[in-house]
Amino acid sequence: MVYQGSREIVENGRVDWITVGFYLLFVILGWLNIYAASFDLENATSLFDLSGRAGMQLLWIGTSLLLAFALLKIEVGFYETYSFVFYLAGIGLLFLTLLVAQEINGSRSWLIIGPVRLQPAEFMKFTIALALARVFNTYGFRLMTRNNLLLVSSVILLPVLLVIAQKETGTALVYLSFLLVLYREGLPGGVLFMGMASVLYFVLEIKFSDIPMGFLSKGEWIAIILIIIFSAAMVWNYLKRRKEVLTILFLAALIFLGAYLISFFSVPVDWGIIALMAFSVVCLYLLFLFFQNRKKHYLFILLFMIGSFAFLESVEHVFYDVLQPHQQMRIKVALGVEQDLSGAGYHVGQSKIAIGSGGLTGKGFLNGTQTKLKYVPEQDTDFIFCTIGEEHGFIGSAIIMILYMAFILHLLNLAERQTTTFGRVYGYGVVSIFIFHLVVNIGMVIGIVPVIGIPLPFFSYGGSSLWGFTILLFIFLRIDKSRKRS
Amino acid sequence: MNNYNALAKRKQVIAAVVVIIGLVYLTQLFNLQILSPKYRDYADSNAFLRRTLYPSRGAIYDRKGKLLVYNRPTYDVMMVVREMKQFDTLDFCRTLNIDMARFHSLNADMRDRRKNPGYSFYTPQLFMSQLDVEEYGLLQEKLYKFPGIYIQNRTERQYNYPNMGLILGYVAEVDKNKIAADPYYVRGDYVGKSGIELSHEEDLRGEKGVEVLLRDARGRVQGRYDDGKQDKAPKSGKDLTLSIDIDLQAYGEQLMQNKIGSIVMIEPATGEILCMVSAPTYDPALLTGKSFVSNYRQLEANPYKPLINRSVAGTYPPGSTFKPTQGLLFLQEGIITPETRYSCFGGYPPLGGRPACHAHASPLAIQYALATSCNSFFSYGFNGMLGNRTKYSSTSDAFNVWRDYMVNMGFGYPLGVDLPSEKRGFIPNSKFYSNVFKTDRWVAHNIISIAIGQGEILATPLQIANLGATIANRGHFYTPHVARERKGASLDTTFTKRHETGINREYYEVTVAGMSDAVTIGTCRGINLAPLVDVCGKTGTAENPHGDDHSLFMGFAPKDNPKIAISVVVENGRFGASNAVPIARLMMQKFFAGEIPESDKWLETSIMNRVILPYVYTRNVPAN
Repeated sequence: MVYQGSREIVENGRVDWITVGFYLLFVILGWLNIYAASFDLENATSLFDLSGRAGMQLLWIGTSLLLAFALLKIEVGFYETYSFVFYLAGIGLLFLTLLVAQEINGSRSWLIIGPVRLQPAEFMKFTIALALARVFNTYGFRLMTRNNLLLVSSVILLPVLLVIAQKETGTALVYLSFLLVLYREGLPGGVLFMGMASVLYFVLEIKFSDIPMGFLSKGEWIAIILIIIFSAAMVWNYLKRRKEVLTILFLAALIFLGAYLISFFSVPVDWGIIALMAFSVVCLYLLFLFFQNRKKHYLFILLFMIGSFAFLESVEHVFYDVLQPHQQMRIKVALGVEQDLSGAGYHVGQSKIAIGSGGLTGKGFLNGTQTKLKYVPEQDTDFIFCTIGEEHGFIGSAIIMILYMAFILHLLNLAERQTTTFGRVYGYGVVSIFIFHLVVNIGMVIGIVPVIGIPLPFFSYGGSSLWGFTILLFIFLRIDKSRKRS
Repeated sequence: MNNYNALAKRKQVIAAVVVIIGLVYLTQLFNLQILSPKYRDYADSNAFLRRTLYPSRGAIYDRKGKLLVYNRPTYDVMMVVREMKQFDTLDFCRTLNIDMARFHSLNADMRDRRKNPGYSFYTPQLFMSQLDVEEYGLLQEKLYKFPGIYIQNRTERQYNYPNMGLILGYVAEVDKNKIAADPYYVRGDYVGKSGIELSHEEDLRGEKGVEVLLRDARGRVQGRYDDGKQDKAPKSGKDLTLSIDIDLQAYGEQLMQNKIGSIVMIEPATGEILCMVSAPTYDPALLTGKSFVSNYRQLEANPYKPLINRSVAGTYPPGSTFKPTQGLLFLQEGIITPETRYSCFGGYPPLGGRPACHAHASPLAIQYALATSCNSFFSYGFNGMLGNRTKYSSTSDAFNVWRDYMVNMGFGYPLGVDLPSEKRGFIPNSKFYSNVFKTDRWVAHNIISIAIGQGEILATPLQIANLGATIANRGHFYTPHVARERKGASLDTTFTKRHETGINREYYEVTVAGMSDAVTIGTCRGINLAPLVDVCGKTGTAENPHGDDHSLFMGFAPKDNPKIAISVVVENGRFGASNAVPIARLMMQKFFAGEIPESDKWLETSIMNRVILPYVYTRNVPAN
């Protein structure tokens, strides 16, 4: 494999000031909101007091700016050359943490060196992005070969496993967001579709698991109908044969119609078994088509159907036997199956109340009562968005939301305009991480996504995470600065 | 290039997904903040106050249903600093019966985040704990004068008998490590710290409930949230019935006063512990209430260490009480038969009369050897076993077989009694001796003293009593336990599982005969209770390098269909027959007859008045 080299690198480009502007805006807004979230009426500290959270955050911001400046000064080739070194050092650090870290809040992810507490998992993000970029940058790299897929997925999964061992499941999920990079670089959309479909089946199965529908539960019943529709859609997408699509839908509909008619003669009909019958008939039809036309696609679609069904049947087992009770509870609360005010639901309930009570314009800076009365957990770290929602209302939170989306779309443009594969892949890595953090953090605060403890980049309090995101972003800006202009 | 462009289009897909998710989130924000006034209502005037409802801790009964431990209400003074206004501090102090200096120190403690990490300006904080009923009444009357002061109900342990403090254990505020280990606990919760209270904590504590109340922005309670539908009632702890007979226990403690040691009585048929005396002990009521700290310090400073439950955590060389195990194992392994005779000339001849023995007929077989506690016989047997090269390939091999039998008989590992801090005692393996002698070439004669329960062998009084139970049962035992029943749940299956020792019943019969002879014609004639009951027993005199020998007794009664097995250890009590045997005699009389006959009253008085305490040098004798 020949290294593509630095032919397309220009040394005298300009830094993308728009991104830097977004960055500065976000850290300053974050700093003010941390001050508001940890504000204590009784012994109010000033914004700059180092004994308060806001003062400390200012320190982190200051050091981050120095770090950013330094990162922009380093030669761009450095990042490419040493990307694997960074990655391996990161892996080593994760290992070390696993060995020496003491348990803090149930996870073993903090490395304590004197007065400094670091979370190596936060710094792992940019090293994975660099390593992936380097892997893709080899000459003639094609993702969809067996060896390459294996290489790429082990680059991602190794840190995932280490971080799961540290009991930081949230951060491990963040690393999985690199799937988006793979999608951009040629992973078939079908894989992502399968992923989405499994999430959908999972939700259906858990959410409606206790409503019986004859032989099946209501969730399974809906899922089976969806599987039939999906397979018809797949026949259309891959083979473009209208007649066969219609036949599939017709066969399924015929069975349901027949059952419906029979039920008129006061014969009890088990709708679960009817759905299974329709499912089997469609499967048999696909098998027939395969033997008739000898096209692999039919077999794949058939496999998709059977696989989906097996997945559906195993969800319940995995959910109840593999997941921890508190994890089950969080998922159930997020799906609205259970109202648990004393546990997981309490946090989400309180954070919804805090945001909801903000109204249109909010209660004003430092006037939020919900966060002040300490109803909201982790109010200056993972739940910082509550303070924004409560004190600045819909206007404030919507503006932040829109700014953040604008930031991400801007980064997406930057990533796509890169002239080297290295730059593009790294850029997409950055974008994926920000998308995941935004979607999960705000989603959990407003009660759409289960509670997964990950910070809102640049807003949440914390030195490790701020440094981690700063490094991630500014390496990208450095790479972008040297791209070849057309 | 075509392929490249197709992939470049995926940027649009990603952008579209981001925008769609963004719109969904904005919709949800709009829904929460503009369309749902209920959130505004909750927050503007109300918010949740989750008040913990404490369950009452389970009561504890003895085997005859006598109430031993129950709960009494006490009251904590809570303070919400934010709601405090100027009030008459002097009046407040007078009501609580404290002076101003104490008031200020309590106040400072409460606000000090190092001592009280959960301190908050807004939520109720513990100011002073454990008011009694009168103080509570006074304060309740004047509460309207003191804004920001609240009273929280709690319960405190209360004891009907001044006995068995070491078995019951005590309850105190939970410490940091426990809070970190078990999310059930929060600061200020009470938790079992030793004894039954610790080992059965999860049965006794019950389950906390919660009351979700609504309160306004100033923290005042406005009512129940959702009509109390989200409340959870506390579940009371399970009541425990112990297998201990409190009368027997109290009598045992009386006998053991001013002595150091232990009495353990077990019901062989079930493994239930009838009494477990560890001396010195303490009155459980000392470790409750306000004087907990000072009492605890005193007990801790006591040189005779009354906070150690010697029945499970004291380890002693079992001495001659260990000999039955040797006889049983030699018989089972075929080293001797019930008729094998060895000669004894006041000592073990091959080693020049060491270990020494006392005057009795010779040569003698196992039954008589047990009756007279002949040291030579068991030394011969031990040497015969370890030196047997037709049966075992090496001394180590033979010794490991020996050790496995000891472990099967309940020695060398904790038995698993439901009391904390049980020790395992010590049964060495061959590796241990190879390390000590720095060679594998050691032989039985190097370690001959372990054949007579001396040397490296250590056992807890509970293990010795358990040996009595296995002999009484002729070859099996149940894990000894003190909890007999827990209300609403069955007993743990580990306590109903039968453990076999792997030795034939016929050999046990020989041993029983020997132990019966010991009582009628042998070393422990002092416990001959015929015609009341046929006792079988074995004395022990354990050499103690630190002072006078320990006096031991192990036995059971009646001979057929035994009801109890017993072990008695009196530290520095010299011969087994001088202290341990009379104490066992009195305990058996108490158990079988219910009282001490007139003819033995003198013995009872004599035992109770004996003081057998070694001199203990302490540098800092506590002032009180």
